[in-house]
Amino acid sequence: MPVDLFGQALNGLAYGVLLFLLSVGLTLIFGMLDVVNLAHGSFYMLGAYAGLSLIAATGNFWLALLAAPVAVGLIGALIERACLRPLYRRPPLDQVLLTFGFIYLFEDLVKWIWGGRIRSIPPPELFSGSVSLGGTIVPSYRLFVIGFGLVMAILLYLVIERTRLGAVIRAGVFDAEMTAGMGINIHRVFTAVFAFGAALGGLSGVIAGPIQSAFPSMGVTILIPALIVVVVGGLGSLKGSLIGSLVIGQAETFGKAWLPDAAMLIIYVVMAGIVLIRPQGLFGRPLK
Amino acid sequence: MTRLRLAAFALLLVALALFPLGAGAYPVKLLQEILIMGIFAMSLDLLMGYTGMVSFGHCAFFGIGGYVAALTLTRSPGLTSALLLPALAAGLAALVIGFFSIRVSGVYFIMLTLAFSQMFFAYTFQVSWLGAEDGLVGIPRPRVPGWDLTSLRGFHLYLLALAALAALVLWRVVRSPFGHVLRGIHENEARMEALGYPVDRYKLVAFVIAGVIAGVAGSLYTQFNGSITPDAFYWQTSGEALLMVIIGGTGTLGGAVLGAAAFILLQSLVSTYTERWMLVLGATFILFVLFAPGGIVGALRGRIGLRA
Repeated sequence: MPVDLFGQALNGLAYGVLLFLLSVGLTLIFGMLDVVNLAHGSFYMLGAYAGLSLIAATGNFWLALLAAPVAVGLIGALIERACLRPLYRRPPLDQVLLTFGFIYLFEDLVKWIWGGRIRSIPPPELFSGSVSLGGTIVPSYRLFVIGFGLVMAILLYLVIERTRLGAVIRAGVFDAEMTAGMGINIHRVFTAVFAFGAALGGLSGVIAGPIQSAFPSMGVTILIPALIVVVVGGLGSLKGSLIGSLVIGQAETFGKAWLPDAAMLIIYVVMAGIVLIRPQGLFGRPLK
Repeated sequence: MTRLRLAAFALLLVALALFPLGAGAYPVKLLQEILIMGIFAMSLDLLMGYTGMVSFGHCAFFGIGGYVAALTLTRSPGLTSALLLPALAAGLAALVIGFFSIRVSGVYFIMLTLAFSQMFFAYTFQVSWLGAEDGLVGIPRPRVPGWDLTSLRGFHLYLLALAALAALVLWRVVRSPFGHVLRGIHENEARMEALGYPVDRYKLVAFVIAGVIAGVAGSLYTQFNGSITPDAFYWQTSGEALLMVIIGGTGTLGGAVLGAAAFILLQSLVSTYTERWMLVLGATFILFVLFAPGGIVGALRGRIGLRA
């Protein structure tokens, strides 16, 4: 079976970029708050649906790309402030269970508001066509997603490594209590980081819309590979998220092309292998 | 105290056994569902409440039990197909998944168990030899000489006997020296390790025991419905079991069954009024975690928030 290597690699790259945007949020939130936010897929789903409605209302994809993440970020801030904060003194598992409850809540809410059908989202006018790259026809929107993801990766790196805010975040990830002791209002940073992570989730939802459409179970569907990315890359590591996303994106895309029957197993095999060799992930902090 | 408890347990069993005599078919079916999910919730509680391993992928073993029962019962409808083979298959799967998942702890354990269970969902949802998304249907109940399991009452006694057996086995496990080690691991894993206990091996054995019992619950679920679908492997199945344990109160086997009862009664009540069952479920989840982490049993004991 001849497989278009180049085209598949591009598809895998676009998918990997999506996973990167999602797993960065997961990793940041975990690094800061010690919470694995299982509702992260729900933020992605909310982003896609908010994008859907905003595009339908305004006809402007770019506006949706800007406004939907803000809305999702606000929801995230609200959840952190109202539900997670009272739980910080409890065992971390309680917070994970709480975010698990939100998966149900949001999935049903979305079904209620938008219905259970699959809804397609049009790509922006500018990227609605396709281009020919060395004989391979590629939808130009895919190229936009790849470029956008790479720009985001560089921006995130600069913000986290080069700005004061980034320094506070890194300090909080390293030792939240000590950071608070240095006079930083760590609670506000917690809320901000959770909201920012949620917004990134929402952003990836809007970006994914024109490729994957919007449907109520999309949140959990993407949550699993995103979790696998952070297991492979290592929780709390930006670099790990990037490498893990690219590996998983390619593994799943090529798996689907070459071994359609076993495609879904491949990423689990990758994950199991990493856990055996390096339980903390490729770039994670040592466990225990 | 123990004798008193045994007497209360026996009395409860008699009451549950007599229940079909005075109730219609629908309440009996609800009770049967409670018994099956009660077994499932108790097996999760062994991990969650006693060992401190919160598995978000316990549905894997429930589903494997269900699918193996469906495959084997259609070929030879006996108790081997109904109980032994599903339990063995689920135990084997627990051994493999546990081997990987126990290498890590805390949030990594959560993520790995969740991911592995969804692998089964993705697989069963796609492959045609397991009926893909329609699952396997028309599964006969096992044939036992002198015991008609196709009748409502016959099946009821069969379920009740197995639920009682599962409860007794788990009760023996948590009361044994082995169970005390598990509790020690829950309280302070590093100390148990320092005391020389092979902590990972204890955890793996607990994981396999829980897997075997979840497999039996899954098999009973197939027998109850006469079918099994990939939904058994969906994350929601694990989530429901987690919620049952939380509602009832973690770390108490009775609480797990109580939680299963509360869950199923709430489900049937809510479903008669609205389609928004998942919304109610999510809200219940959130409210219990926020305000009643000890569950019903914790609240009854008047010490809310003592145990996570």
